[in-house]
Amino acid sequence: MTPVAPTLELRNLSVHFETAAGPVHALRDVTLEIAPGETLGLAGESGSGKSTLAYAVLRDLPPSARLAGDVRFDGESLLGKAPEALRRIRGRRIAMVYQDPKSSLNPSMRVGRQITEVLEIHALASPSAAARRALELLDLVRIPDPADVARAYSHQLSGGMQQRVVIAMALAGDPQLLIMDEPTTGLDVTTQARILDLVADLKRRLGAAILYISHDLAVIARVSDRVGILYAGELMETGPVAELFRRPAHPYTRGLLEALPDIHGTRGPRPIGGRPPERAGAMAGCLFAPRCGFAEAACAQTRPELAIVGRTQRARCLRWETVVATPMTASGRLRVRAPAATAPPVATVEHVTKHYDEPGALARWLGLARPPVHAVDDVTFALGAGEVMALVGESGCGKTTLGRIVVGLVPPTSGRVRIRRRGTSAEVVDDAEFRRLVRIVFQHPDSSLNPTKRIATILARPLKLAGVPRRGRRARVRELLEAVRLDPGHLRRRPRELSGGEKQRVAIARALATAPELLVLDEPLSALDVSTQASVVELLMDLQARLSASYLFIAHDLSVVRHVADRIGVMYLGKLVELGTADEVFRPPYHPYTRALLSAIPVPDPSAPSAAVPLEGTVPSARRPPAGCRFHTRCPSKLGRICEEIEPPLLSAGGTHVLACHIPLEELRRQPPVRP
Amino acid sequence: MKRNPALALGLLLVGAVIVLSLAAAAIAPYAAAEQHIADRLQGPSPRHLLGTDQYGRDLLTRTLFGGRPALVLGLGAVALGLALGVPVGLASGYAGGRTDEAVMRVVDAFLSFPALLLALLIVTALGATTGHALLAIGVANAPGIARIVRSQTLAVKHEEFVLAARAQGDSHGYVMLGEILPNLLPPIVIEATIRVGFAILAGASLSFLGLGVQPPQADWGLMIREARQYIFLSSWPLLCPGAALAITIVGFNLFGDGLRDWLAARA
Repeated sequence: MTPVAPTLELRNLSVHFETAAGPVHALRDVTLEIAPGETLGLAGESGSGKSTLAYAVLRDLPPSARLAGDVRFDGESLLGKAPEALRRIRGRRIAMVYQDPKSSLNPSMRVGRQITEVLEIHALASPSAAARRALELLDLVRIPDPADVARAYSHQLSGGMQQRVVIAMALAGDPQLLIMDEPTTGLDVTTQARILDLVADLKRRLGAAILYISHDLAVIARVSDRVGILYAGELMETGPVAELFRRPAHPYTRGLLEALPDIHGTRGPRPIGGRPPERAGAMAGCLFAPRCGFAEAACAQTRPELAIVGRTQRARCLRWETVVATPMTASGRLRVRAPAATAPPVATVEHVTKHYDEPGALARWLGLARPPVHAVDDVTFALGAGEVMALVGESGCGKTTLGRIVVGLVPPTSGRVRIRRRGTSAEVVDDAEFRRLVRIVFQHPDSSLNPTKRIATILARPLKLAGVPRRGRRARVRELLEAVRLDPGHLRRRPRELSGGEKQRVAIARALATAPELLVLDEPLSALDVSTQASVVELLMDLQARLSASYLFIAHDLSVVRHVADRIGVMYLGKLVELGTADEVFRPPYHPYTRALLSAIPVPDPSAPSAAVPLEGTVPSARRPPAGCRFHTRCPSKLGRICEEIEPPLLSAGGTHVLACHIPLEELRRQPPVRP
Repeated sequence: MKRNPALALGLLLVGAVIVLSLAAAAIAPYAAAEQHIADRLQGPSPRHLLGTDQYGRDLLTRTLFGGRPALVLGLGAVALGLALGVPVGLASGYAGGRTDEAVMRVVDAFLSFPALLLALLIVTALGATTGHALLAIGVANAPGIARIVRSQTLAVKHEEFVLAARAQGDSHGYVMLGEILPNLLPPIVIEATIRVGFAILAGASLSFLGLGVQPPQADWGLMIREARQYIFLSSWPLLCPGAALAITIVGFNLFGDGLRDWLAARA
């Protein structure tokens, strides 16, 4: 197919792990190749074997792993290589970038030293030349002042900067193959957009082959030349990025695409039903058949081969012709928006401010006082009955703190939050009643359930606190589990026996146990896979329609909240900079920051242009927020001194839409919409 | 078990020590204080499998009975240490801030004092009895346990399930005992197991100094103390309790290490 010899070639690679319960199959019969200078995007849900594939290439699997087939790198088989020979290849000719940059960097070593260490280990440069080369590498990954960064420790850098340093380290050996395993997962959308730009740029300049692993097809679309879709350890579809996104031939690929949130808000994300198969023992037929809408009797019997779909597009599906012929009109449900609230609001947030680490009297007297961290500064809004309001912003903008203030976990420094029962105007003052009516779902499903308790105990606790008698509790716990669409068999299980999505469902059930008026959702999706995200969103919206509770939906990604939120608030460095209905926020006039956030959203369309408004620099310290407009240090359309000196007030931009910017409204209105 | 030889061997040794001590009265060939004046300081023989001491008492019998005070001291002192250290560490870590600072400085002051010296002080002040030795070793163990529990509490208290409990109105007491403590049990059990070995050693040391178990009771530390003077006449009176002590301590350490690996593999 490719005229040049591939850099990496997997031939019928299978990996299984020997466990006490028998073999667990992680990869089955995977064949693929990556040419020099080519980027292969590898996508799939968690547990699909993406990372196992990366570790298999590096031959860095636990001792219980058994490999079959062949891994060929630059024409040579890696499977027969001695450890010493592999060591010379790893880190030099094959380099890896992992998901969490913080744990990839040594916190006790200066960043520059970590790069020169790589150079010295592989004897690529003399100590003096290494220091120079380290600066070149930092410059290569577009770090603005390499000399300063080289002297810094990793904790002094932002997540995006850390990931750039990790990429610089990976590039130190001038590798022929670069493996990137979810390098932008966990980063802000704005940071993600810039790392993706960097990867695209490096690709053009370096000519290395790249294996790019992600669960998010929108990200894959941005960087890949070709795409491979992995499901339950099996390669389901491969093809050039343009063809595969335009005409996905495997139902699973379609499912992944339909699970993505749509920033136009014309369709809701649609989850793929069911869950991946257990991977112990042999499987007959197509592995995806139990979850597939196109499946027929034959699918359960014969394991499909990779069928030729296009010139280089292949799909492991018996019915690919039908799949291709069926247009992708299917879409998830859209939320029926609540009518404009006329009843008194359920929650009002009045001039809420939270300053952490306020210096004490002694420190002030001694002149040692550092300014406090301005987590939230003078935020005011009201939340109507049955309304869904989203709060978005980069990490560190204060949205999580605000959410915790609303549920009473964190006391505000000044200002107050009032909660009312629906349809009444009397404020809830009783603490126990407040705890029942205002509930929270946290971000990390792995941390939000106590690992030592059974699900039944976890769900019964809030009921016990609310004074529900024992027998009523048992019935209600079953009801709750049913409401979040979990099997009653889960009651006896402990959290570690559940998947991430299931744990998040339990956390939602716990929050709903006491029939709350207001549910604060603190980034409930960001730790989940795209397809799991879609099913949790669908669940949350169904529950909202049934219970008509108000939601305060905190997210770092505007695309997720596009079709679920009635109103969206955008926060930057503790300030609310824009607030309006979803449609108002997604159309001009935009606050320049909102505009940057919108343009940073990756879209699952390889032909879409990259971010139109790249947001440079990092969020300034919340200890010393910039004077005037807090966004002026990064604003691409800053006017001048007025932005540096005078803080813009929130002004009406028509309807319920308010935004805080010095640029005249007429001018903001004239700007073109982002991704029309 | 196959993949964890430390746990298997530890379990075997600790189990053997406990069973032999409990069954001492049934399996020992003589009564604990029975003297055979004609057979003083003898080596092993069919009548005295491990020889005799300076009063002609059977060493096998004495060594078997000597396990009892050792276990009582070791387990009792660690139980006391846990009873004092766990609440202090848990509450201090959970409270955080200045309270935690203040409590931990006091704990540090205790820790900077050699544990055996602290135990010696307590015993000299209160009088040399087995009970006081237990009290002394227990108190000496408490600061170390408090430190461990506090550091584990700090690791758990920022987990979201703790926040969730606070947000739904659970009391501080429930959050500490019902939410945090169950997550600390594995490290506490491991720590306690290893400490039992050292507490037994400390108890034997006090007895050796004449400040713990009093004659004529059979106790390993006391046996070593008495055998010291006759070491050139017969080494058996010294070897028997010494070996028993070593086996017991190694057993508890292996058991603790093995338990750590086992729990880590299970998590």
